[in-house]
Amino acid sequence: MIGGLAALLLCQLAGEMLARALALPVPGPVLGMALLLAALLARRAIPPALERTADGLLAHLGLLFVPAGVGVVMHLDILAQDAAPIGLAILGGTLVAIGLTGLIAARLLRR
Amino acid sequence: MSALTELWVYLSREPLAALTATLCAWWVALRAQALARAHPLANPVLLAVALLAGLLLAAGVDYRAYFQGAQFVHFLLGPATVALAVPLARQWEAVRAAPLAILAAIGAGSLFAAASGLALAAAFGGGQALAASLAPRAVTAPVAMGVAEALGGLPGLTAVIVICCGVTGAALGPLVLNLLGVRDMRARGLALGTASHGIGTARALSVSAEAGAFAALAMGLNALGTALLLPLLWRLLA
Repeated sequence: MIGGLAALLLCQLAGEMLARALALPVPGPVLGMALLLAALLARRAIPPALERTADGLLAHLGLLFVPAGVGVVMHLDILAQDAAPIGLAILGGTLVAIGLTGLIAARLLRR
Repeated sequence: MSALTELWVYLSREPLAALTATLCAWWVALRAQALARAHPLANPVLLAVALLAGLLLAAGVDYRAYFQGAQFVHFLLGPATVALAVPLARQWEAVRAAPLAILAAIGAGSLFAAASGLALAAAFGGGQALAASLAPRAVTAPVAMGVAEALGGLPGLTAVIVICCGVTGAALGPLVLNLLGVRDMRARGLALGTASHGIGTARALSVSAEAGAFAALAMGLNALGTALLLPLLWRLLA
């Protein structure tokens, strides 16, 4: 588990350094994901220790969004003031985007 | 009475109380989800956030004090994002089989999400700051906050909107996809990852490994595309 976690942190660190060195607008963890994917595809196998750690973390991925989500209490006034455009964008914008992406993908991916 | 006050001062200063509350809220949310037989509307992120937000407001605890403790959970988002490479690597054959279809679907969803945010802010006379906070709302929070800030939006507000979009997509997205008859797990994953980033990906992963991998891919590509292209679109429309 320690080896797996160290590998994940190393990829994140490499991603952060790469983003800063090249002034890329992409966050370090997303670049780290790309780096780890490239490494795994090059090895043609996933080390079991990394697999256990990754599956353990991802089983509770939702939990990790909770602290940031509770930040909603800081912005209740702006949310109330611009409730119509924000509410429509969140509800309508998100659901239409999901429907659109899903329909296009389903049509193009038909096997 | 003073003993109680001392206890309160101790609890609000140490990370222990915030961490314990976060994990307990998550546990309660998971139990509720299980009771609802994993119906998408019983989204554990939504339930846990509502529980904790209500608790903070009722107890009069400052969010920053809560986050002092909860940041240890928040920190794990970084390594967890990196870890999404593992399900992606497992499904790589399926991804490699249809790169154009995947790019077209993610591109269309991403463009619609950004353009609809700009259009709604303009339609309601919300001003530049609101438009800049709404446009990047479909992508993962760190990217959305960076883009919003670069365009003159409010990063804190963007983070909250991003999470609301994630929860909305995770809770209602599967129902929309059912209505539209989208049953292909790859298409469902792409849709949730494009419009609802990590929270949509969490939902997709909990349903199917295939959907989860495609959601992780969509989240990553949408983050990359939005970070690079939204500032250009913004300049074009401004």
